[in-house]
Amino acid sequence: MSDDDHVYLSLAEAEGHPGGEARWAFGTGFEDPLHGVDTAVPAGIDAAELAGCCLALGDDALVSAQRLAEWCTRAPELEEEMALANIGLDLLGQARLLYARAGQADGTGRDEDAYAYFRDADDFRSVRLAELPNGDFAFSTVRLLVLSCWRLAHFDRLAASADPVLAAIAAKGVKELTYHRQFAAEWAVRLGDGTEESHHRMRAALDRVAPYLDELFAARPGFGVDPAAIRDEVTAVLRQVLDAAGLPLPEAAALPGHGRAGDHTEYLAPLLAELQSVARAHPGATW
Amino acid sequence: MTARPATGPTGLAGLADLADLADLRDARRARQIAEQVPDPELPMLTLADLGVLRGVEIGPDGTVVASLTPTYSGCPAMAEMRADVAARLRGAGFARVEIRTVLDPPWTTDWITPAGRRTLAEHGIAPPHPAPRRATGPIPLELTATRRSVACPRCGSAETEETSRFASTSCKALWRCRGCLEPFEYVKEI
Repeated sequence: MSDDDHVYLSLAEAEGHPGGEARWAFGTGFEDPLHGVDTAVPAGIDAAELAGCCLALGDDALVSAQRLAEWCTRAPELEEEMALANIGLDLLGQARLLYARAGQADGTGRDEDAYAYFRDADDFRSVRLAELPNGDFAFSTVRLLVLSCWRLAHFDRLAASADPVLAAIAAKGVKELTYHRQFAAEWAVRLGDGTEESHHRMRAALDRVAPYLDELFAARPGFGVDPAAIRDEVTAVLRQVLDAAGLPLPEAAALPGHGRAGDHTEYLAPLLAELQSVARAHPGATW
Repeated sequence: MTARPATGPTGLAGLADLADLADLRDARRARQIAEQVPDPELPMLTLADLGVLRGVEIGPDGTVVASLTPTYSGCPAMAEMRADVAARLRGAGFARVEIRTVLDPPWTTDWITPAGRRTLAEHGIAPPHPAPRRATGPIPLELTATRRSVACPRCGSAETEETSRFASTSCKALWRCRGCLEPFEYVKEI
């Protein structure tokens, strides 16, 4: 087999990495997921606000992807483990694209690794629901249902964004989020309408999620979609699923604070510590 | 070869035409090379079969510009695809190669060519149905959607069932044939 026949050898010879110095790890600048995309920010857009929007949505995706990845080797069935890992992978891909766009828009030129590995919990702008521990499969199902319904409605509108790069990232994400939502919704019905035990656990999961719902829809100024504007749409889909599952949509007093403002639970810092440990212990390492 | 030959003074307009012809030939050759690059995850398919290669052009300075679009946001094969296309073009003598990412419009399985679909089936992977068309307004959630039947790529039986909507790669689902009892993969429409 010639070198050219093997993609990994070709990769090792890729531009900027002569001599077979393959770079696979964080911190290597190996691949910009927006490589070759026209990165100009159109006139009339507040670049800082665009960056803030991309960062928030990227952080939601990264934190969610990390929680989903934690199910690897722990899911009730192999098929569900693959499903959760696949969903996490989609979200990780969305995070990478959004971080790349944030770095272009905020003028710092930071790459995805700078955002993912070298910011502390206070700097993350993700919603708090994403960072809560996985709990049991019911809780993870309810959370995935809520977050995928919410993110899908969000991205669907962002597909018409004035920023063409963000619009393209969102349009791509819509397809993925549609089947994330489908997966979560089917499990929600199966568990809610299942055994006494599964129904009970779904109720408990909904009670746990309820105080974090208002945060998702709190009106916030800035670029992108006003979350308050998608509340009815998201709630309608949640009701559709919960009705089919025989579950109530619980109401609870909202928690004070907002993840988008850097207010987080005590669970985010340990999540990030694990996610960032190798990158911080060995800055710029390659293998 | 990539550099456009000097076309000389205006009196040699015929030579300029010849140079244009050479450019066209180069562009066609570059396109053919890029089209034949196999997909890293589905190596029986070329990037052209998969609909991932969105264009190959030669710029005025002789740079070959190949445009690729990712299948899924998190597709880990994008780096390999880019590197492979660039390496093959360089190997074919194109000194200046640029790979561009195109995100819009987003990739759809509808772009898998008829030849690509036949190749998938020949390799035991069921090709995708047409991607769902969406109306305007919120994307509906169908909880009682009847699943499309996917014919077994081995025995052709329609008696098949989904084992998992997620499989070894983002783009595939896992199915099982109740006729021949073989498991098989299905490229899910997106």
